[in-house]
This record gives sequence, structure tokens and C-alpha cells, in this order.
Amino acid sequence: MQQMIKIKSLCKSFGSFSAVNNITFDLNKGDILGFLGPNGAGKTTTMRMLTGFLKPSSGDVIINNRNMKDNPEICKSFIGYVPEGAPLYEEMTAIDFLKFTAKIRKIRKENLEKTLENVINLLNLKKILFKKIDTLSKGFKRRVGLAQAIIHNPEILILDEPTDGLDPNQKNEVRSLIRKLGKEKAIIISTHILEEVNAICNRAMIISDGRLLLDDKPNEILKKSTSYKSIYIAIEEKNSFDLKNEILNKKISKDVSVRNNQCVIKTNNSKSVKSNLDEFIKKNKFTLKHYSIGKGSLEEVFRRLTSDE
Amino acid sequence: MSNFFYSSYLIFQREILSYFSTPIAYVFIAIFLLLSSLFTFYLGNFFELGQANLSSFFEWHPWLYLFLIPSVTMRLWAEEKKTGTIELITTLPISSSSIVIGKFFASWVFSSIALLLSFPLWITVNYLGEPDNGVILASYIGSILMAGAYLSIGSCISALTNNQVIAFVVAATISFLFTVSGLPIVLDFFSTWSGQILTDTIASFSFLTNYSDITRGLIDLRSLIYFITLICLFLYTNILIITNVRD
Repeated sequence: MQQMIKIKSLCKSFGSFSAVNNITFDLNKGDILGFLGPNGAGKTTTMRMLTGFLKPSSGDVIINNRNMKDNPEICKSFIGYVPEGAPLYEEMTAIDFLKFTAKIRKIRKENLEKTLENVINLLNLKKILFKKIDTLSKGFKRRVGLAQAIIHNPEILILDEPTDGLDPNQKNEVRSLIRKLGKEKAIIISTHILEEVNAICNRAMIISDGRLLLDDKPNEILKKSTSYKSIYIAIEEKNSFDLKNEILNKKISKDVSVRNNQCVIKTNNSKSVKSNLDEFIKKNKFTLKHYSIGKGSLEEVFRRLTSDE
Repeated sequence: MSNFFYSSYLIFQREILSYFSTPIAYVFIAIFLLLSSLFTFYLGNFFELGQANLSSFFEWHPWLYLFLIPSVTMRLWAEEKKTGTIELITTLPISSSSIVIGKFFASWVFSSIALLLSFPLWITVNYLGEPDNGVILASYIGSILMAGAYLSIGSCISALTNNQVIAFVVAATISFLFTVSGLPIVLDFFSTWSGQILTDTIASFSFLTNYSDITRGLIDLRSLIYFITLICLFLYTNILIITNVRD
């Protein structure tokens, strides 16, 4: 697996405030990393150091085996970046702006037309090419922002809240684009929309107060959720409170609660709870109104980790 | 090195286009031409002097530039910081110095275009009499150089803030100090208690002193070096600010 980014003990302080505190991680080709954290957790600061906008107080950013400190221009040439809020030169037309970026990204004259055409088609920008950016809708502005980031076909793509402020259709478009690009690149997206991580990422990180709390695959993170493999059950014969009491009496599980008229039985991933419950239902010939097994909730893990701080 | 010039050129091109794609350029040029003509004809007594030269046009330039140039430079960096585009441009694979140089030259060329659009005045004096066109050429060069110095100050100050009003006021104040340090009233104040050397040093740092030498047709190497050194100094500081100070 080709290593694209290596972050070593990255720290950034502003005066006495420590925004990023000793973050270390690697990113390989094919990784789509979801960067999660509450507002002010240090996501944007970390991304700004990765892209060379901010200098770290200490630690190293290695892009494609080169240190950002020593070779900023080479490192930056591997990266496509959409900063927070996707700022653009609004007085320019979309096409002039894209041409400007392409030239600065050293795309050769003979390839310029083709490159522009590709990116225009990929992001569906044909309609608005000759319009000034300040007259475009938020969705189109975001697409122009993405277009400038991928125009040079970078190996690394860093997107700071790429779907923020978009409507559900636009969010979907951006997500499917990221998924499509993700096979060939290493991508980092920061977001506080947790469903986004499930939808597009194959790796997730939770940071809070500048510290890295968790770095794992989204489905592994789900396993850390207390609702992972919990049993949600409701029966015709009894209301959920009576059922809860009976389950407690029979010592099937010690952790039972009632939510939305269903009993929620925490299994802590133990198979015996499930088999004991199944047996209990069968023996009493209860008719099931509802029976499902919890998939775990990223939101719950996120809340637990970040509100403990 | 060729990379540096190419990147600077691309930044320059983008900036120049952005001046002319907004009303800024047209408003600036119109106000500059209007005010410089007013100063020439009313305060400078162009006709009453009865001389075929443009000295009454050029002598007001330091005072015009004092507030017109900061109005050009106030947005150079402050706007990029405010809108966040500074993050876009400084994460492109180009050096900070090429961005500073590209922006500066765009503002310089833009101001020079405004100045050169005063050419009907030059045609008028040539129609009315026989002016010394060498002196006029020297004056244009002097005025452009001085504009460059004001621009470099303004650009550097703009890089320190994301507030355009602050950028304007601070740049205008610093420019004012560089201008008035050559006025007799300031120099007299110093000469009453300090030696001649200090007074001369202060005078030699004034835009007025160096500029008036040139507009008399005397392109003194010292004045050229003065303006060019000042421009380089402020641009260098500008590069340091952009490279090291980010909010």
C-alpha cells in the first residue's frame, strides 16, 4: 500500500492555547479518512498544517516521502485542497478561475483544454462556466471549489467540510464523487455529519481538544457503541415495561431499558443473552411485534468520547 | 527561477483582470484624473503661470497618492484574508514571494495606467508651447517610482490585517510620515535642536525631497536608489509577513 501522508507528533499552539496536541497518523492510497470532532476540536488546524497553510509548532508533515518544511512547493503540488467554506475569487468567471488554477498547477498548454473539459464534465459545470462566481448558487460554488482541487489529478485530496451547507441532492452528488475519486487517491474529509462517515469513509478519526481519541474503520468504531448488537424487542402479549421486568426477573440480562415502546436489551456482544431470550420467547409462545439487532451508533461513540473531555 | 517568474506573471495577470472586472479600476482612474486635473488647473494655476510645462500637474502627486494609493492597496491582502482566498492561494505550489511580487506589480501597472491616461495634458502643453519633454518624461518616471513606493507600503500594511479600513488608515499614516518628512515645517522643527546631519538625513528619507529632484528633470541616482530600495524593503517585509504570520 503506497503511503501518501505521514504525520509525526504534530502540534500547533496559538499563544497559550494548544489547538493540536501531538497527533500522529499515516494515510495510504485508497484511504478515505473521515475527520470527526466537535467544532473547535482542531480539525481545520490539522488540515491547514497538512496543506502547508500553517506551520506546525512542532512535528512533521511528510507528503509522498518529502517533508513539507523543506519542500513546501513540491509537497503542495501533490495535494488538492478545498478549504473551509470553499473560498473562491468571486469576481472571476468560473472558467477563468479554473484556467488560472490549471496554469498555476503547471498543466501544459497542450493538455489544458482536455483537463478543463474533464473536470467540467465530472462536476457538471458547463451551464455556469461563463458566469461570475459571486452570482452562482452555493452548490455550484462548492463544485467549482472541488474542480480547482482535482484539476491537476492530485494524489491527495483534503476537503474541509465539503458538503457543509449543501442540500441533500448536492450532498449526495459530492459524496458519490468522493467515493469515485477515492479509489485512486488518499482523501481526508472533515465533517461533523456522522452519516457522511458511514456513507463514504473507510477510516475514521475522532479528535477533540486537539487530541486524537480514536482511529479505526467505521464498522470497528460501531462495535464500540453500547447499542451494538443490542436487541430491540416488542411483543403482542405484554407491554414493554412488563416485558422488561420479566427479562430482569429471569436474569436474561441485567441491562434492559424501554425506548419507543420497545425493550432494549444490551447484550455486550454475548451470544448467551440472545439464546436465552430466544428460548424465553419460544417457551412462552409470545408473538413478536418487533425484533431487531442494533448496528451500533457512531453518534453515540462520538458523544461519549467527546463529551467526556 | 523561470518558475518564479511564471507564477508571478500568472498572479499578476489574475490581479490586473480582477481590477478591471470590478468597478474599482474605473472609479479609481476617473477620480485620479478628475482630482489631478482639478489640482493642476485650480490649485496649480496651470494657465496663469503661462509656462509650457507640467510642473503644476506633477507637484500635487504626493498628496494625491497619499490617500488614493492606500485605497488601491488596502484590499490587496486584507480582502484575501477576509474571504479566505489566502488559504487557497498560499496552498498552491508557488512561493509566497511570487504572490507578493505578482500582486505588487499588478497594482503598480494599474496605477501607472491611471497616470499615463493623463496624456491629454501632455498633448495640450505641446500644443500650447514648447515644453521640455525630457523633464516631463523624467517627471512621469519619478511619479511612477513614487507610486511604487506608496504601493509597497500599502501592500505590506494590508498583509497585517483582515480589515480593509485599518489597512487604509495605517498605510495612509505611514505614507504621510514618509511624505511630510521633507516639508520645511518639519525640517525647521528638527534643525532648531538637532544638527544639520540629522535634518539632512530626515529630508533624504522624504518622498517629497526625492520626488521634487526628479520632477525638476534631475534623475539623480540617489533618488532612484532611494525609491527602489524602499520598494524592495517593504516587499521583503511583506513576503516575511505572508510566509510567517497567518491568523
